[in-house]
Amino acid sequence: MSTASQTMAHRGGFGQTLKEWIFTIDHKRIGILYLIGSLAAFAVAGLMAALIRIELGSIGPTITNPNTYNTMLYFHGAAMILAFQIPALTGFLANYLVPLMIGAKDMAFPRLNALSLWLFWAGIIVALLTFVIPDSPDIMWTGYPPYSLKTGGNTAFYVFTVHLMGFSSIVGGINLITTIIYMRAPGMTWGKLNIFVWSTLGAFILQLIFIPVLAAAVTMLLFDKYIGTHFFDPSAGGDVLLYQNLFWFYSHPAVYVILLPTMGIIYEIIATFAKNRVFNYKMVVYGGIGGVVLLSGEVWIHHLFTSGMPDWIRIGMMMSTLMISIPVGLLMIGLIGTLYRAAIHYTTPMLYAVGFIFLFLIGGLTGIPNAMTAIDLYIHDTHFIVGHFHYVMAVSSTFAIFASIYYLFPKMTGKMYNETLGKLGFVITFIGVNVTFFTMMVVGIKGMPRRYFDYQQFPQLEGLNHIITIGAFIIGFGALITLISWIHGLVAGKKAVDNPWSSRSVEWMTTTPPPPGNFHPIPRLSEEWHPYGYGNS
Amino acid sequence: MIRKIFMGTVISFLMFALSSVSYANKEARGPGEIPDIPGGWTHLFNEMLVDITVIGVIFAGVTIYFLIRYRRRHSGQEGNPPKLSFAAAVGWALIPAFIFMADDLYLAAEGWTLYNDYRTVPENAYEVKLEGAMWSWNFKYPEGVETINELRVPAGTPILVRMTSRDVVHSFFLPDFKVKEDLMPGRVTYLWFYPKEPGEHLITCAEYCGVIHSSMMGTVIAMPQDEFNKWIEAEKKASAEGGA
Repeated sequence: MSTASQTMAHRGGFGQTLKEWIFTIDHKRIGILYLIGSLAAFAVAGLMAALIRIELGSIGPTITNPNTYNTMLYFHGAAMILAFQIPALTGFLANYLVPLMIGAKDMAFPRLNALSLWLFWAGIIVALLTFVIPDSPDIMWTGYPPYSLKTGGNTAFYVFTVHLMGFSSIVGGINLITTIIYMRAPGMTWGKLNIFVWSTLGAFILQLIFIPVLAAAVTMLLFDKYIGTHFFDPSAGGDVLLYQNLFWFYSHPAVYVILLPTMGIIYEIIATFAKNRVFNYKMVVYGGIGGVVLLSGEVWIHHLFTSGMPDWIRIGMMMSTLMISIPVGLLMIGLIGTLYRAAIHYTTPMLYAVGFIFLFLIGGLTGIPNAMTAIDLYIHDTHFIVGHFHYVMAVSSTFAIFASIYYLFPKMTGKMYNETLGKLGFVITFIGVNVTFFTMMVVGIKGMPRRYFDYQQFPQLEGLNHIITIGAFIIGFGALITLISWIHGLVAGKKAVDNPWSSRSVEWMTTTPPPPGNFHPIPRLSEEWHPYGYGNS
Repeated sequence: MIRKIFMGTVISFLMFALSSVSYANKEARGPGEIPDIPGGWTHLFNEMLVDITVIGVIFAGVTIYFLIRYRRRHSGQEGNPPKLSFAAAVGWALIPAFIFMADDLYLAAEGWTLYNDYRTVPENAYEVKLEGAMWSWNFKYPEGVETINELRVPAGTPILVRMTSRDVVHSFFLPDFKVKEDLMPGRVTYLWFYPKEPGEHLITCAEYCGVIHSSMMGTVIAMPQDEFNKWIEAEKKASAEGGA
């Protein structure tokens, strides 16, 4: 099923190694290749964020012009969501961890897995090409028509990025769901599945249901712009709101595609380092993950609260949006309950997981005002929204991804990272994100809309914008130290033992790094075994 | 144990019922009275801030306590949680769910009241038509007068703006009046606001509309009624002369 050499071993020189990696069908290598691609997108999109913040640091044009600025804003949003968060969580983490966690030798369809990886890489390349072409897209990651149809920017690059990433996710979703259903090791019953596996299952069910809608929406955009159809052209009987509805019908569930694996990996890390059972496992799985999956498709109108939708649906979706607080609240209770009477060991991944709890708390609670139609009529499309979704989605899940990279570092590389560097990176990043995104929410409450190149109409907000820019640089500095700690670990890290975190979960039962085929032989799990069977539980 | 869970569920359900009662007790407004939208917004927003701060402090406080109290004392130590009975497990799912739902319903009821005020146009409103374009706000008054990026209105009268767009989606945002609504081609949307006193207020675009989206701005100028009448008359004359 898998290539002949070890995951990380070098054989027959660089060319041979490269060939082995490119043609690999080993889920662990595919996962790592996903990680490399998504971190590349993260780096470029993060650089864009720094440039955006320099531009907004003071009133008036600073370093760019509106055209370049809008292109950067487009790339930052599109790349962070489509090429970093979703692939890092459902590409890297799901691919790397799920077969190991359920005790499988590989994915159900290893070749299909390679296809979804290279579709994703094609998507990354198309996304990065937007900097080279003269007519870079400037349509934001939402791509609302009629602007995306009228602009001189190249909407097709946006559409093809979405197509490639979406197709990659569909293929990956079929693969992962089949793997989870059919490839579990003997003794791995549904009631003993890791929370991360459950959350991945939930996320991929959402992907399979909703991605086709997004693909249809952007395809209609493509046809409208280049072939002359009129789906979104009111002068020929089309409707501009159709796109917004289709787009958010996918893109709101996409937030939960990001949230679920984020929660899942945080549960793994907290249970491992707290050496404790997951609090109320069934509530977390059925109430939390199940509840999010059930409600995710019924709330998208809250993105259209000011778009002239009928009043009855705005009120209805206000209710369903507020109801999301129930499953998400249960997930938080499960997370905090896992700390009760635990034995918490503070390593770098644990610090990131703890940081996640606080960031997600702020992000989740500031979502409640947005859910209220009346409050939203003022704060919609202001910096309040930008601050809120960076807390709840962007930074929270990035913290989960960083936590998981540290957590899996010994497993992936066979080496240990340096704790001091890792913790230093965490502290700086944590300070930076709070300075940046909390101030952003304050700026939003004072009225500054989002996606602004300049804000001469709000001279009183220049001071706060200075602070946001300083915060952004603190984040950048923290990310740099994090990167250095990874490189340091790769180059000079000490050799890792098989189970450095003394976890009970199946992925740590194999050697570090795992051999091709993962387990020799496949683990047989006893009646008493449980992935969170710590202490007296 | 089961009795405790049952009581907990009953109490949280009562909270849930109470939330709708406390909503029904709100004082009614007299007929013809114009609701204070920005005031209502600020009131509700502050109420929500208290609500989310209380929830946040409870969650964060418990978390911080656990994080400090349950540190690992020696390596190899493992957690020692009490076993969760079936009844307790169900209780831990249902009671928080009901409490969250009670809070949700209470907030939704409050939000609904304010939202109805937002969307119910007072009877004597003065109606202005607005067409958005890349990148200008084009106003048309019932008297036939037209202005660009400058909306002159009589103070003390509610103003209804009916809007559409010539090209792409824009959003008519009046930060001082705490209100916005999108404009788009092929559809007519509306919003209303109430300039009580004479004064100037910012208009700015809140939906991304291209290169100079951030410079798509204008001013609402609220003037005393008699000054406004004089201005309208003068403008009518000027446009009639211009047209002839």
